[in-house]
Amino acid sequence: MKRRDFLKGCLISGAAASLGVPSKSLAVGSFEGYPDAMGILVDTTRCVGCRSCEAACNKEQKLPEPDVPFDDLSVFEEKRRTTEKAYTVVNRYEAGDGKDPQFRKMQCNHCNEPGCLTSCFVNAYTKTREGAVIYDSKICVGCRTCMVACPFNIPAYSYSSAFNPVVKKCIFCYHTRLKYGKPPACVEICPREVLTFGLRSDLIKIAHERIRETPDRYIDHLYGEKELGGTSWMYLAAVPPEKIGLDETVGNEPIISNVKEFLGMVPMVLTIWPALFTGFHLLATRNKDHGADHHTHSEQEDGKK
Amino acid sequence: MNKLIASGATVVDSPQKSSGRNWTIMEKLFLGLSFQQYIAQAIRNPFNWVFGIIFAIGIPIIIGRFIFGLSWVTHSSYDYPWGLFLGFGLFGMVPLSSSGFQLGTACEVFGRHDLEPIERLGLLNGLLGYFFAVIFLLCDLGQPWRLPYPMVLAYGPAAVLFLVAWHVATYLSVQIAEVSVSFFEWIGLPIGIRAIRKITLGMTVSGIILSTLHQGALGALFTYAPGKVHPLWYSSSFQWIHFFVSSIPGGLCMVIVVSTIASKTMSWRFDERFKDSLDRITISLAKGASMGLATYLVIKLISIAHDNKWGYFLTGYGHWYLVEIMIGVIIPMALLAYSIHHKKVAIIRFGALLVVLGIFLNRLNTAYITFNWKLPYREIPHWREVAICITVYSIYIVVYRFILYRLPIFYQWKAAEELAPAYVAETETRHQRRAPEELALAYAAKAENDQ
Repeated sequence: MKRRDFLKGCLISGAAASLGVPSKSLAVGSFEGYPDAMGILVDTTRCVGCRSCEAACNKEQKLPEPDVPFDDLSVFEEKRRTTEKAYTVVNRYEAGDGKDPQFRKMQCNHCNEPGCLTSCFVNAYTKTREGAVIYDSKICVGCRTCMVACPFNIPAYSYSSAFNPVVKKCIFCYHTRLKYGKPPACVEICPREVLTFGLRSDLIKIAHERIRETPDRYIDHLYGEKELGGTSWMYLAAVPPEKIGLDETVGNEPIISNVKEFLGMVPMVLTIWPALFTGFHLLATRNKDHGADHHTHSEQEDGKK
Repeated sequence: MNKLIASGATVVDSPQKSSGRNWTIMEKLFLGLSFQQYIAQAIRNPFNWVFGIIFAIGIPIIIGRFIFGLSWVTHSSYDYPWGLFLGFGLFGMVPLSSSGFQLGTACEVFGRHDLEPIERLGLLNGLLGYFFAVIFLLCDLGQPWRLPYPMVLAYGPAAVLFLVAWHVATYLSVQIAEVSVSFFEWIGLPIGIRAIRKITLGMTVSGIILSTLHQGALGALFTYAPGKVHPLWYSSSFQWIHFFVSSIPGGLCMVIVVSTIASKTMSWRFDERFKDSLDRITISLAKGASMGLATYLVIKLISIAHDNKWGYFLTGYGHWYLVEIMIGVIIPMALLAYSIHHKKVAIIRFGALLVVLGIFLNRLNTAYITFNWKLPYREIPHWREVAICITVYSIYIVVYRFILYRLPIFYQWKAAEELAPAYVAETETRHQRRAPEELALAYAAKAENDQ
């Protein structure tokens, strides 16, 4: 091994290593959400399961006809999830202890630091200043990591399309309403004022005010205020969150926090490994004539041809 | 093939036939047999019939997947967005392909020339494993034609998958370059060999970097789903280390398994050097694999202790976890330790097979079987999804065999030193136009003149 070759090797490995340096990886700090972000307060104690929000969403987002009409309440027999045909669904939960059943609307919670956004390798997701998490179907490759990363199991995928399958999820009516300062269709239609639209910071105050004023009506917890770094949609409830299908084990750290340990290790490997292993090579082969022979011999052989 | 060799067929292992004439490309492709002989030996091989049946069923299904969409071949699950294509194909095949960087490192960086006979198999195993992992990925992606997007159009550099995409793409090119030496020898292009040899060390070191990172990154992908991967298979701090460390015995054992299958089915392709050193090398690889397994086991236990997850061992998932560890780690460790000590190569090979199966089981468990453990139902893959997996894997085996039959992987290409370089060059250009007898005469005359 000649010194020249060694230097060349260093250069090449360095060049190879510098490809694909995730330069932003360390810049991913904690993000508390835009100051003017809007949000929705969901007061589940007011919901009666009329499903008019589902119907309004279907119309606003021009989704296909549902399999079961929106006035059919038999859907509550089982727990549904969001699909490519329904960006929001209402489920019924038996509260037990002789209490009335509880209803909860489910849709994208528009996290402050969304798992889907941070897991996307083409940056198809955007958290807008208004608080919506929107999606660009033009650049989506269809790896579906966002569906794996979503702690609420919200994004759906239009598998049935062979040539243009895309992710389908609630986008806060961003393009038709939120952008112009208007509340989403579901909020506008709700007859029981379950949904309150406003600045997220104001909604937190309103929610705690409601809990303070009528402590018998609510448990003292605003789901989504802190969960996963905070979400734009937040829930007040009469029962503990897990009783209405809200996962309490998600923790208060955004999804990306779990990945940071790996991302932080990447630059170290990229910088230390080349020198380390080239050094090993020198140590391992320095005094071995055999190694040097092997290469010079083959070079001569090639030269002969 | 053995019968053919016994009946006088010669094996292509040098640029020239025994008569002194160069093999043509077609002859090289047909393994030096005539077209009829080649077809006859292919039909005689029972494996080809099995592959034929698999392809007859599977290839139409693969075509159907691209015409009718993913919903035709999978259950279109929103809760299990990654099915078998990724769980088995991508996450299973990549760790078993780490052999490329390991044997490259051992031979080129650490100067372990005793492992050289198997280095090329390690490199080829790496290349093909990665290539077919990408094929599986293409089957799984919603819009596979957009796969280059993260390279050229839209960057999400904070995403682990971005790193995986870039590293796998770069590493595939590195591996193609590494394996191309064999191809250049076979096709007869010495300038290519010289060019590659100059950058070998650089490529090997970049291979280590890229492999460390993307093997780990595949594990780190699951840290996006802390609530979905079962706690026993999940660890925020250790996930990438688990995937990286387990890929080390995985890759080495895959090479042992492939060389074992080859020694049973295509020993005619081995040269004396490979035949003589295979047992010794198998033991060396098994030693490396045992070290890897021991490290893996320790890290697995540390991660359980770190998050204090011992309680899960009392659940059904805990038992399943123990089954996986027994099959994939503890039993093979015991087998390898015993057989290395007593130099029993057959037991080493069985242990290596267990390690390979254990890797598949671990990746399937993480990505599929225990995924979404909080959901009330478990997903059973669609039969067409299984059929595509089997078909793609069969194509992988057939391509693997096709290359092993031809390129100098198990044998050393005999350089034509006895002939002066001018003749080699001349035969390259002329042999197609002249009849063989004529050529032979011409060479004889030339050789005399030169002397």
